[in-house]
Amino acid sequence: MNDITSIAFLTSVLAAAIPAGTAILYACLGELLCERAGVLNLGVEGMMLMGALGGFAVAYHTEQAWLGAIAAFAVGGALASIHALLVVSLRANQVVSGLALTLFGSGLSAFLGRDLVGRPAPASFGKVAVPLLSDIPYLGSILFRQDALVYVSYGLVPLLWWFVFRTRPGLNLRALGENPATADAMGLNVAALRYGYVIAGGALAGVGGAAISLATNPGWSENMTAGRGWIAVALVIFGTWNPARAAFGAYLFGGVEAGQFRLQGAGVPISSFYLSMLPYLFTIAVLILASRETARRRIGAPAALGRPYVREERG
Amino acid sequence: MHAATVPHAIEMIGVTKRFGPVVANDGVDFAARPGEVHALVGENGAGKSTLMSILAGLYHPDAGVLSIHGEPVEFRSPRDAIDCGIGMVYQHFMLVDSFTVAENAILGARDAGIVLDTASAERDLARLGERYGLKVDSRARVWQLSVGEQQRVEIVRLLYRGAKILVFDEPTAVLTPQESADLIRTLRAMAAEGFCVVFISHKLDEVLAVADRVTVLRRGRAVATVEARTTDRRALARLMVGRDLLPGTSRSDSMVPHTGKDIRETILEIRDLRANGDKGLPALSGVDLDVHAGEILGVAGVAGNGQRELAETITGLRPVTGGRVRVNGTDMTNRPPGDIARAGVAHVPEDRLGTGLVPGADLTDNAIMRRYRRAPLARGPFLVRRAAAVFTDRLLAAHDVIAPGRTAPVRNLSGGNQQKLLLARELAGEPQLLVAVHPTRGVDVGAAETIHRLLREQQSRGAATLLISEDLDELLALADRIAVLYEGRIMGIVDARATDPDHLGLLMAGIAPAAASA
Amino acid sequence: MTQPQPAAASPEHPAVLRLEARAAPSQAVAVLVSIVSVALALLVGGLVLLASGEDPIAVYRVMFTGAFGSRSSLAETLVKTIPLLLTGLGVGIAFRMQLWNIGAEGQLYLGAIAATGIALFVLPDAPASVLIPAMVLAGLAGGAVCGAIPGFLRARLGVNEIITSLMLNYVAILLADQLVHGPWRNPVGFGFPGTEQLPDAAWLPRWGTTRVHLGLAFGLVAALLVWVVLRRTRWGYEIGVMGGNERAARYAGMATARNILLVMAFSGALAGLAGMSEVAGIGHQLQRNLSPGYGYTAIIVAWLGHLHPAGITLVAFLLAGLLVGGDQIQMSMGLPAAIAPMLQGTILFFLLGGEALGRYRLVRRSPSAGPRPRAEAR
Repeated sequence: MNDITSIAFLTSVLAAAIPAGTAILYACLGELLCERAGVLNLGVEGMMLMGALGGFAVAYHTEQAWLGAIAAFAVGGALASIHALLVVSLRANQVVSGLALTLFGSGLSAFLGRDLVGRPAPASFGKVAVPLLSDIPYLGSILFRQDALVYVSYGLVPLLWWFVFRTRPGLNLRALGENPATADAMGLNVAALRYGYVIAGGALAGVGGAAISLATNPGWSENMTAGRGWIAVALVIFGTWNPARAAFGAYLFGGVEAGQFRLQGAGVPISSFYLSMLPYLFTIAVLILASRETARRRIGAPAALGRPYVREERG
Repeated sequence: MHAATVPHAIEMIGVTKRFGPVVANDGVDFAARPGEVHALVGENGAGKSTLMSILAGLYHPDAGVLSIHGEPVEFRSPRDAIDCGIGMVYQHFMLVDSFTVAENAILGARDAGIVLDTASAERDLARLGERYGLKVDSRARVWQLSVGEQQRVEIVRLLYRGAKILVFDEPTAVLTPQESADLIRTLRAMAAEGFCVVFISHKLDEVLAVADRVTVLRRGRAVATVEARTTDRRALARLMVGRDLLPGTSRSDSMVPHTGKDIRETILEIRDLRANGDKGLPALSGVDLDVHAGEILGVAGVAGNGQRELAETITGLRPVTGGRVRVNGTDMTNRPPGDIARAGVAHVPEDRLGTGLVPGADLTDNAIMRRYRRAPLARGPFLVRRAAAVFTDRLLAAHDVIAPGRTAPVRNLSGGNQQKLLLARELAGEPQLLVAVHPTRGVDVGAAETIHRLLREQQSRGAATLLISEDLDELLALADRIAVLYEGRIMGIVDARATDPDHLGLLMAGIAPAAASA
Repeated sequence: MTQPQPAAASPEHPAVLRLEARAAPSQAVAVLVSIVSVALALLVGGLVLLASGEDPIAVYRVMFTGAFGSRSSLAETLVKTIPLLLTGLGVGIAFRMQLWNIGAEGQLYLGAIAATGIALFVLPDAPASVLIPAMVLAGLAGGAVCGAIPGFLRARLGVNEIITSLMLNYVAILLADQLVHGPWRNPVGFGFPGTEQLPDAAWLPRWGTTRVHLGLAFGLVAALLVWVVLRRTRWGYEIGVMGGNERAARYAGMATARNILLVMAFSGALAGLAGMSEVAGIGHQLQRNLSPGYGYTAIIVAWLGHLHPAGITLVAFLLAGLLVGGDQIQMSMGLPAAIAPMLQGTILFFLLGGEALGRYRLVRRSPSAGPRPRAEAR
């Protein structure tokens, strides 16, 4: 177990990478929908925190983990609707509004959760081994001895990929982010659709928070997401707005996070603080690489990302 | 035909639309029948686009009634208009560049099915294209298509979506004369099939060639509807401007005759210039040009054939990938824009609010953009605000820029005054070379005349001018020579006195001079 | 885009419609909107308090008196004004150029680290007249480096500065943690993470018996300096033009990449100075949790202050009061101090909404349309 080169060690790192990445993955998929619709939401961290708190609080009182996850979904969506109101209807600055959402969410969650800090979780998502599949050597214990939220995310990634690239509503979604004026002229209700995707994105961020407070670290503590919301925002860029690539990025991050704890556990003589820096430095490295890749292949952000759509400005 | 018995395809009565204090449409009546091409003409700002945007459901009128095929309707969004069979071809195409043609056609369609079925759309588009002579590759991505092809995509898409009323907003502005002629034939064929076609333009020759009837708008009011057969250019022009003048001839009348001027030294020398467009594809593929002191060299071409890239490479805003740019004999290839400006090059860019001005900043900050580094505006690292104000006031007064004051944001000025400010600033340094791109586009007649006068003054002062324009009348009136750009190359350079729009049109369409003269 | 022109700046737009371009709201309206936003945020915060069983009036009273009620509380508010003012000015100047530097927190930490390093390991025996200027320079430089990294990446590679500057916050804080737990740890600190105390010469002079220190002067001088830079210098003019339209700045021959780098460095330097003055004026050592998120609050300070140095100064003082008040309710009522960031976020929401509504009303003076289902689109 202490031999960091052994297969067993690697398997345990990968098995831990999946749930660690899943929280980021939900948030990342949510932000992806939002950005595909042309809206930047930097409030992911705040929505995740409120989702984590809301999920835990409901699970704490009802002793039902699923109700907690649903509550997290609703709380994330509700918070995102503030952002939608400000940036879609009132055309406020998307950067500042997202930051306000992060501040608001982290402050409110700390305040409302003051009595829940350190409480044990009466209900959480435990590991469930999938019959047959979990017996596959190595792969089985990495992929199929996980919690329910992980299994849901396995389905969500291909579903969203199919939705974005292979369906009519997905085509409409991409048009919203590429050229809202065209979407408008083609009869799409730009404002209503953007509301929908911003709120859906927030709901997924909320579930991402619950994936921490109800699965990986059951319980509640202030700022327990520790910057994962921001990593999710970065990964949308890393994944060039593609759910499959975003999932790859999220698991990669999960791997860094899990590997870091296990390397420390294995007594590798590297300061824990330096190891903790790795995900953040890695995000910067990814952004640098993605910027070049993007330039090279001419795949940019959704062309209208971050710009409010105002019909009268068109001729 | 049975025009009298069949209800109007479109009937608008008393339509009024205000934007703030401005009345864009003032009680407009407009009616068009199925099976006719109905032209809507008027000067820039007469309210044509606003009226059609109301028809398309983009704007909600403040007053007035709208009926489609005899049924009163109230559009609350473009969706309602589309459902009534109204299709618009906008001036700026409503296409998503990164999508294929078929995807653009499907976009927003409400047919059953959640799964994206591009194959059936591709078949339908091919069939429609075949039938109406509007062939497009439905699998191509829009950004790969020429402007003319994109317009065909727009039209086929409307047919695909089942539109019966087709509205074209200045469709020929981006086409060569030959492409325009093709379009006019297509529109006639569609009217013959029973479509109601509305054709917005201010080019009276085209209007008379395509339309059955013509409605004239002036300052937001519909002043007349006439049969195209019984009218002529002069009569329409009188209705449009409210005075007995043809806009085209007013320019020609005031034209300075280019009497055999001795061509002096070369100011701008371009050799084998190459550059890429925004998509990274070659936009200029070996351009050679010389512009001499005291000369206006016109550059004609259909939009998107390298005009913008030409201006931007000369002024340093776009990297040169090959070839040389020399100004007054000094190599300026790939030098920073500031160095090029200091070498005496002024630039009136195509996109004045996007490139030439800071819309949210006040007039002073916009006026001093070329001057703030030098005394008396600069003193060491400091900016002397009082000197800046004096400079701005002088500039505004000298060029009749009408503004609420020099502390007003530039975006609150009219297009004409913005352009006058920009030109005044660029010419204040007495440049040796002026690169002007579409200097009169979207400005009112008065401002256009001022701008033309300023360009001629540059000429008599001995400066060289590179005038890029899509307005052939403007080029023929002002330029000494006209170079035609086609797909990033110079198709030919002709003497402005010895050419005509037809000849230029052939060059613009990429037909070589030998074939052109045949 | 293959369209001839981007739609938003359409020159073909009918000339008469140009006049509808929205007028900028007047200064008075802007100030009014700010005041109303704060009031509404307090109202909403009060409702949250009420809903969770607290007495909002009592809480607000404790917060207010805790922040402004006495000489000592006012002094404490001034103490917290210092880092907010310096970081707010830094963020504000970057925002003016549309550079979304949200890395002030990390820049503050790096400034603190650099200043501490100078005082403890480079010039431990220097007199105050040498050491304090050296620490100021080190703080400025540390913050500048931390700001220049995202600036460089943005200017040279087009990497989004929002995420990179934010990621560096975590890196800088972890670096500080590493230092105070590891190589810089006080050997006689009883195991508490923190460096040993700075030499006396490194302590910033204080005002009387209060904790208000020379950093306040740094902040006020910096505010004046920023005002002069923005309003009276060519560089400030360039910042304004670049913030308004970067393309136009390039067109006018400005060195846009260099300005991005310089402004980010300048912005970081001010935050670094905040870190230095926290270490030299308050803690007298580098310790964990040096900043309770001043660098994030700075964003609100800058926005509420309308990116204007005078506004930023005023707002820094008021929000410092909010923070002190938040600490007060934690100490005397046992409520989380997190109520302060919650109120900050709410204020920002109302401010953003209020600014938009102000703009809206001015644009839509005319009764241009009846009831419409989609306010945004029309």
